[in-house]
Amino acid sequence: MSQPPIVIIQHLNYYFGEGGLKRQILFDINLEIYPGEILIMMGPSGSGKTTLLTLIGGLRSLQEGSLKVFDRELRGASKEQLVEIRRNIGYIFQAHNLLRFLTAWENVQTALELHPDVAVEDYRTKAESMLKTVGLEQRIDYYPENLSGGQKQKVAIARALVSHPKLVLADEPTAALDSKSGRDVVGLMQQLAREQGCSILVVTHDNRILDIADRLIHMEDGQLALNSSISDPEA
Amino acid sequence: MSRKLFLAWLQLSRERARLLVALAGIAFAVVLMFMQLGFQAALYESATRIHQSLNADAVLIHPRSRALISMNNFSRRRLYQALSVQGVDAVIPMYVGLGTWKSSESQRDRAILVLGIDPTKISLHIPEINQYRDRIKLEDIAILDRVSRPEFQPFVREVARGEVVKPEVNNRRIKVVGLFTVGSSFGSDALLITSDVSFLRLFKSREPGEINVGLIKVKPDVNIPNIVVNLKKMLPQDVNVLTHDEFVEFEKNYWSKNTAIGFVFTLGTIMGFIVGSVIVYQVLYTNVSDHLAEYATLKAMGYRDKYLLRMVFQEALILAALGYIPGFAVSLGLYDLTKKATSLPTAMDFSRGLWVLALTILMCFISGAIAVRKLRAADPADIF
Repeated sequence: MSQPPIVIIQHLNYYFGEGGLKRQILFDINLEIYPGEILIMMGPSGSGKTTLLTLIGGLRSLQEGSLKVFDRELRGASKEQLVEIRRNIGYIFQAHNLLRFLTAWENVQTALELHPDVAVEDYRTKAESMLKTVGLEQRIDYYPENLSGGQKQKVAIARALVSHPKLVLADEPTAALDSKSGRDVVGLMQQLAREQGCSILVVTHDNRILDIADRLIHMEDGQLALNSSISDPEA
Repeated sequence: MSRKLFLAWLQLSRERARLLVALAGIAFAVVLMFMQLGFQAALYESATRIHQSLNADAVLIHPRSRALISMNNFSRRRLYQALSVQGVDAVIPMYVGLGTWKSSESQRDRAILVLGIDPTKISLHIPEINQYRDRIKLEDIAILDRVSRPEFQPFVREVARGEVVKPEVNNRRIKVVGLFTVGSSFGSDALLITSDVSFLRLFKSREPGEINVGLIKVKPDVNIPNIVVNLKKMLPQDVNVLTHDEFVEFEKNYWSKNTAIGFVFTLGTIMGFIVGSVIVYQVLYTNVSDHLAEYATLKAMGYRDKYLLRMVFQEALILAALGYIPGFAVSLGLYDLTKKATSLPTAMDFSRGLWVLALTILMCFISGAIAVRKLRAADPADIF
């Protein structure tokens, strides 16, 4: 990886609770994410994976250590700065989290409207071509309730990637899907990441999708296991 | 075609049934407010019909008079004194009293308002009344308000057929020979007009020199407020000088302040407002809590709190506007119905329409402001 990393985490600690109930969740996390790489983070539930993900996504305030996303320090960042950073990150959730009252293309458009550089007259075409890319050109006007789980997750991927973010954060993207849909979805993520050159951080339990990763890391009890790699997948 | 998404409308319109129920509720609240305010205005309107049609620029009354149904007497000399003020053109005395109406056909006595007017002069700008001025010069001749309470309708029909009705008013037999239209008041069952001479025969304890309302006409192109000031300076404290508009206000004031009626209608309006607020709050709150994860998703994607707040308030505004329209239409129909059923002059007027619209918007905004507090629960960190 010759290019500088887009995420740099140094000596990050994180706690839940206050006073006597204060509990440390993350211990001295150090991690770098490079442009264009797909990083899979595994680990048992409660190990702190999702907390780390939400910290990188600017959804929680940093407490100790340093976390830089796109060269901007998140520690002490204002609410407004966090919002700016979030706009340049694509999010894919376990439960697709599509807006139920919007059709597929309208859901995708919600991501475009956050980017002033995208012209209003291009919204519709960009949203539709993105849905075509994920193979849903026949479902453009469908509401989420009329789509299958896999199709919904594909709409969510289209929404996350339509504005070409440099970083995509995905939390258990296949957890609610059967194995074939799961494969489809991760295949799509991989393909789009390659095409757009964005980095993807995937948090997952799902062993079936590990092969898309360029790099694999383990989280256990709030600590990152070092030197993980694709060569030693957990069985 | 490509444009920004109108999320507020898309969210509201996605669930048609809920939207329709909400709109029905808001329309109901709007109707409630319109009816209460309409009744109130109609009461004031009907209670001041006579005042409004008085042929006067200024009016003298006894300081302790409270309303047309409760007028004290004052000396007619005060009215003639007014003639000495520069700019006063003419004065007309008027007698007002509450009498009882008895007839062989109706068992019960009825309270009626009797006006005694000078038949040689025009006291009221009501052509129907003025055409009878010559006939009521004769003793014990009277004319009756066509829009009196339903109990008087048999008499009205008889007179309309050209027959003469002969009831006893204050135990004196009189002849009702004609009809006119003023409109019912809440204060009395009917309105009867006679000459001043006949009036004094009906109210035997009254002296000719003791009148109830003094009508003052000023010369053309004279400043009325100035004359009122001069009249007040010149006349002793035992009479009040009012402009024509003040006399109308004086009557409205009685009904709104000294009786529970104004209070009751205001309370009714507030009830409508509260009912509407609760309905809108329910709808908005349910909308926000049902879509909490979606709001949180929008926040995670980078939408600002401001955007989501605006969305809820837009929904409130849409509900207000869409609920107001059918509410307004139904109210028009009900005003018409009320007018026909009760002879109360209920009618829509522009300022009330605007006022209820403002109340409706306020109602939706208050509900919106309470509902958005729930938005804070939408934490984007919780949806992962």
